[in-house]
Amino acid sequence: MTRGTTQHLLDASGVSKRYGAVVALKSASLRVLPGEVHALMGANGAGKSTLVKILTGAVRPDEGVIEVRGTQRRSHSPAEARRAGLVSVYQEPALIPDLDIDSNLRLTGTPINPFRDWVNQLGLDALDLTRMAREVPLASLRIIDLARALAIEPDVLMLDEMTAALPANLSERVLDVINGMRGGDRSIVFISHRMIEIASVCDRATVLREGETVGVVDMDDVDAEDRIVELMLGEIAEELSDNGVRKGAPERGSDGGPRIEVRGLAASERLRDVSFELYPGEVLGVIALEGQGQDELFDILSGSIRPVDGQVLVDGKKVSFRHPADAIQEGIVFVPADRAEALLMQRPVRDNIALPFSVRLRRWGPIRRSTEKPKVDKAIDRLQIEMRAQGEVRFLSGGNQQKVTIARWLAGGVQTMLCFDPTRGIDIRTKHQIYPLLRELAAAGAAILLYTSELSEIELACDRAIVIFGGEVVAEIDAADADEGTLLRAAHNLKSDALLPEEIVASAHSGGSASEDPGEVDG
Amino acid sequence: MNAAVGAAVESRSSPLATLGRLVRRNVWTLGLLVILALLLVATKIIQPSYGPAGIQGLAISVLPLALAAAAQTSAVLARGIDLSIGSMMALTSVVSARLMDDQTEGFAILVVAGVLILGLVIGAVNGALVVFTRVPDIVVTLAMLFVWAGAALLVLNTPGGGSAKWLSDLTRGPLFTDWLPQAAVLLVAVVAVIWIPIRRSRLGLSIYAVGSDPLAAFRSGVSVTRTKIFSYMLAGLFSAIGGLALTATTGIGTPVPGPYTLMSVAAVVLGGVSLAGGRGGIFGPVIAVIILSLLRTDMTFLNVDTNLATVAQGLILVGVVMVGSLIQMRRER
Repeated sequence: MTRGTTQHLLDASGVSKRYGAVVALKSASLRVLPGEVHALMGANGAGKSTLVKILTGAVRPDEGVIEVRGTQRRSHSPAEARRAGLVSVYQEPALIPDLDIDSNLRLTGTPINPFRDWVNQLGLDALDLTRMAREVPLASLRIIDLARALAIEPDVLMLDEMTAALPANLSERVLDVINGMRGGDRSIVFISHRMIEIASVCDRATVLREGETVGVVDMDDVDAEDRIVELMLGEIAEELSDNGVRKGAPERGSDGGPRIEVRGLAASERLRDVSFELYPGEVLGVIALEGQGQDELFDILSGSIRPVDGQVLVDGKKVSFRHPADAIQEGIVFVPADRAEALLMQRPVRDNIALPFSVRLRRWGPIRRSTEKPKVDKAIDRLQIEMRAQGEVRFLSGGNQQKVTIARWLAGGVQTMLCFDPTRGIDIRTKHQIYPLLRELAAAGAAILLYTSELSEIELACDRAIVIFGGEVVAEIDAADADEGTLLRAAHNLKSDALLPEEIVASAHSGGSASEDPGEVDG
Repeated sequence: MNAAVGAAVESRSSPLATLGRLVRRNVWTLGLLVILALLLVATKIIQPSYGPAGIQGLAISVLPLALAAAAQTSAVLARGIDLSIGSMMALTSVVSARLMDDQTEGFAILVVAGVLILGLVIGAVNGALVVFTRVPDIVVTLAMLFVWAGAALLVLNTPGGGSAKWLSDLTRGPLFTDWLPQAAVLLVAVVAVIWIPIRRSRLGLSIYAVGSDPLAAFRSGVSVTRTKIFSYMLAGLFSAIGGLALTATTGIGTPVPGPYTLMSVAAVVLGGVSLAGGRGGIFGPVIAVIILSLLRTDMTFLNVDTNLATVAQGLILVGVVMVGSLIQMRRER
């Protein structure tokens, strides 16, 4: 390799890491030029997160050389990596919940004024530095985490799914800031599952597959996106395109009654007055911006919290859940977005799948392995979960973990399934296994309520969708009409011909004033 | 950068807001102070003759307990727990008593300094074992409980030794007025001098960070290993001061550990420190110790059977903590 004018800012090569028998990375490489935004792409379990963790010192590699500005650096702890100029914003915020924001900044020695500038530039208004981190909403925490990283001016900033948990207006600002850093002296490594974002801000993309770097794509190329998908998926690309999601006509049950009927449901300040019906045999989508009451709705239906007002009817019978067990008793099962909330991370896959139906009957006696095993095997088989030597669930990739959260309910038979953003942060391949499964369950007569932050999923997996805004249902859209523009407008409670907030922000930007931001929709 | 937007992120620090925040953050400690004040009033009503002598006795009996509580707080804040505090106090107490016996007052200063260092060292041993063996804190310190207790018996197998006069005098008698025991002043001074600078430093932040969320702390660049060892060293230091206080107040060293370890855990819980780490302060547990001791005294005044008093003490502990958590849960809604 020649070292001339195109010297790499970051040059990592031959990086490998094994966890016991599981190979997370084998000879991965990443070369980043100064001033570029470099996408790191790959299906879930391809090793993106592991590579970032190694580069930023959170995980120690087994092998590999990391060079920053031409000199080899050791990064055996995040502090050391930081001194070498490598900083990451992880998927989970790295702020200490029991310290206020100010103390969090002091802990990392972050200069306060640059931090404030970045926070403002990222569009987080009126941040109170004396608030405890645990009281700050997740989206704001991510922005704070990013501003903190930007303020210390690292050579290479790595953003792992930065925009995943952000509402549209904030992620737009983040992308603006990233765009503004192009062409400078520093670089950004950008991980995202959203191809549109990659295309809009990245210069080049390194693609990982099964722990190996399989190619580098120049984003200016005409067919860059196709090339990336091809590289990511390898030989399974064609298989996926054949395997489109088949939708049957929604059968609204022969007897016509809804499975679940929700009337005027209210809880806390966010969920005000939500009513809808969910029929057997359909997948009903729920669309909402962050914090419009959808969390509370799912918590009520799954029995985690109790409503302040309103009714829930299951098969026409009024119910009131005091515990998730009550909801499960009524055949309502819940698949949360955060897999850590659903799984016993330190238990094997089998135990996780067996748990719900083994304890379902509220029996405390011995568990019969002989009846348990076939059910578990069937569920594993149906979802094609990689078993990885009977290991603990925490060693599985995110996509496989999510499959386990669904599989654990399949074994007992599904009547009603509540899915809260089940594909968040999951690769395309796993997604394309999850949609058909939901359709299959619906075809077999199950009723499925699917909240999703990815608008394209409505068209793919749902029969119809309701839109929640300000704690109320503001629209019902048939899946056939559910293109992303329509959904996005409905989610912002805008008329179909109105400008989207991003467009308003964009036009405000060009007009020179960013003080008005109609996209800010807090409570 | 837009100037109008730039002004949006001021940390609003009007004096009133700062005060309000201080009260909100220390609401548990303030609550304990109120309970303590009420208890003092109640004591005076139960026993009208309760006066300076009673306060004096209370301060002296509380001194070693409060230092044990401070030691436990140091460990618990960093998501640890130290079951060897009582043994460390016994060991440091007998070492100091044996070395100071029949020696000059000047030599005793050296002994005190040496015992403080001993505390730091045995604390560091506890911490290093926890960190490097990856055996859970509770198991390691349980094992070390026996090690330090055994070591104490090797140093002095029956109660004995002595204390330098100046050391004993530090804990005795009043200061300025009859109502202010010197032991209480000493306690507040020692805890404040050690704790406040640490609390304000990056080290103190690291202790809270590691206790609150070890992974986030690690990713923020905090050395979890060093922080944890340091928190145990601090526990060792407070235990050593507690051991010196035992020697000073009793005039001898006793090799058999007192009931300090379990009392320190009780005080930590009552003092508003989360056993899961990261939340609470050091003064809460210290006040909690005084409350627990005063309750005991009051029950003696009321002629409650001592065994029954122990039962009552336990129930009060559970009750207060339960009510406290209920209030906290309400607030967080």
